[in-house]
Amino acid sequence: MSTAEEAAPTPAPTPATARDGAAGAPRRNLAARLVGRLGGGAAQTLLVLVALFWLVPTLGLLVASLRSNADNNASGWWTVFTEPAQLTAGSYSALLDKGDFVDSFWNTVLITVPATVLVVVIASLAAYAFAWMEFPGRDWLFLAVVALLVVPVQVALIPVAKLYGHVEFGGFHMFGSITGVVLFHVAFGLPFAIFLLRNFFAAIPRDLLEAARMDGGSEWTIFRRVIFPLGGPAIASLGIFQFLWVWNDLLVALVFADTESQPMTKWLQSQMRQFTGNIDILAPGAFLSLIVPLAVFFAFQRYFVEGVLAGSVK
Amino acid sequence: MAEVDLTSVGKVYPDGTRAVTDLGLHIADGEFLVLVGPSGCGKTTALRMVAGLEEISEGEVAIGGRVVNRVPARDRDVAMVFQSYALYPHLSVRDNIGFGLSLRKLPKAEIREKVDRAAEILGLTEHLSRKPRNLSGGQRQRVAMGRAIVREPQAFLMDEPLSNLDAKLRVQMRAEIARIQRDLGVTTIYVTHDQTEAMTLGDRVAVMKKGELQQVAPPQELYDRPANLFVAGFIGSPAMNLLKATLAGDAGDARLEIGGQTLALPPGVLAERPDLASRLGGEVVVGIRPEDMEDADLVEAPAGSALTSTADLVEAMGSDVLVHFALEADQVVTEDTRELARDAGTDVLGHLERPRTDLVARFSPRTRVKVGDPVTARVDTGRLHFFDIESGAAIWGSDAAGPSREDENEGQ
Repeated sequence: MSTAEEAAPTPAPTPATARDGAAGAPRRNLAARLVGRLGGGAAQTLLVLVALFWLVPTLGLLVASLRSNADNNASGWWTVFTEPAQLTAGSYSALLDKGDFVDSFWNTVLITVPATVLVVVIASLAAYAFAWMEFPGRDWLFLAVVALLVVPVQVALIPVAKLYGHVEFGGFHMFGSITGVVLFHVAFGLPFAIFLLRNFFAAIPRDLLEAARMDGGSEWTIFRRVIFPLGGPAIASLGIFQFLWVWNDLLVALVFADTESQPMTKWLQSQMRQFTGNIDILAPGAFLSLIVPLAVFFAFQRYFVEGVLAGSVK
Repeated sequence: MAEVDLTSVGKVYPDGTRAVTDLGLHIADGEFLVLVGPSGCGKTTALRMVAGLEEISEGEVAIGGRVVNRVPARDRDVAMVFQSYALYPHLSVRDNIGFGLSLRKLPKAEIREKVDRAAEILGLTEHLSRKPRNLSGGQRQRVAMGRAIVREPQAFLMDEPLSNLDAKLRVQMRAEIARIQRDLGVTTIYVTHDQTEAMTLGDRVAVMKKGELQQVAPPQELYDRPANLFVAGFIGSPAMNLLKATLAGDAGDARLEIGGQTLALPPGVLAERPDLASRLGGEVVVGIRPEDMEDADLVEAPAGSALTSTADLVEAMGSDVLVHFALEADQVVTEDTRELARDAGTDVLGHLERPRTDLVARFSPRTRVKVGDPVTARVDTGRLHFFDIESGAAIWGSDAAGPSREDENEGQ
């Protein structure tokens, strides 16, 4: 691999490497050749093997979800390779007939999408202000936001639950509502989101913003037509992280959601039995909750474009 | 298109740093004014105050007769070309050039037409759909120009637009900028630290030092009649040689004593500079341009018009030969020359054991001088420059046409 070869001849100028440089030229050539040979075949094969190994549990989950409960109780999922006749979609159709599972799926969507969109929108606006607008106390305020990064979710559970208990009007109870879960996720997603985006926006060359200003752009136009498109990669990765975090959350849902507003994670958890296996529900449910984030990741990964700033300023 | 007026403009940063002091400039409609000076002289700050990117601490800036101190950059109707080009990386060349127009909500067809026309002027037509990262440096520079001209603004502001290009391209783009500005007739303020750019581009050139305007004049006048030591040393390449000399003799027969050698002054020199007569017997700073010296072997050198020394270094440039030699004259150490040395990156000014000043002469290529040879330089004594040893101001006279510093600050 070329990166390894390039990195090898430029070590830090320590005395040891200086000595090696004088007498150790053949040795380095040997090392370089080894790296080259490994890089060609063995290393790559190893990496592919590790990646495949990592996928085994997911594959097992998928296979198990496609077998009947009796088969799952009788033999391991890998027997499917010798007896493909075991495969059946019965678990899925049974699961999708369960009204409370379908409800919990939609609850997950209704929690995750607003919690992600709100965080991305609010954080990018705030990050622009922190990075590029002058106002008194800006840096102190930003420090305060960064300080919030260290507040763990757990310490806020009880105070926020108490607070939510007081918020009710016209039959609406914040505690146990989807809104309550969304707000909690937004509040705890924002500090990191603002921190990440501010640092990314601050790295955008000042000249670009000034050029947009000279071209007649207001702050809002500059944000919408220059900063937001240029922040694409950072915003996309933030969106994906936030989406995954909220989609997979169990703790917040356990505390703040009731059976009406529970997401899939909480529903699945409620299906766990201590003694009898109900893998025909858990396996397809878990696989369905897994497939959506995967789809989101692959849909957005093209926005992770490197070097999007290349060519703007020299 | 409009005139731009700066009246006693000053800039003080919140931390108390003063970047620009009492800057007064009048730029006529369609004029090309170059602001030039060493780095940190406040020229870019001045430009940014006109642009509206920097708050104006003191004084007034007016564009087309309208005071714009409180007008935000986007409403000043001026276009700026940045040193870094500042192209929008996510937009094609067409959208980069049309960005300002689309923000002004012009109809799509009109934007298209205007961008096409600008692209044609700049030779960018076949690159319109490309992204900035796929363009060469020169093409990027053109796009930055296109973004400015397509808006048909009241004025162009250019902040060292050529400094990121290699030398050859710079010369080419320099000519192009001059042509475009002439064709469009747009008032232009151009900031550079390169005196060649300043001389070749400007209708007038304003020289700044440490936030203060030194002189505003057409390029040739700046060269012929620098108002002070700083302008004298900054304009011209190689720089003017500056030496301490004693003005001896009487009004009819004045002589300069330079480190034990003597130059006779033609009568015209004193006639042109009435103030010089009062300094007879005193010390002055004398300035000799390298191009006003010639190898005495090649031209007739009447008595009292030559300086002799030993060649320390001979640089053949092809078209001419630069000969370096030293004279036993005191170095000129003033605030101006220190600033010039700082700009050139040399710190040679200081106390030496013996008086010694290095000079550069530009000889004809026919010269036979080699390193270590004795060299006799014939000085064109009619073209010497004289400066006050304390203030550094050029010595002319109240009734002479020579400019004084006070007049300059009002522009022309």
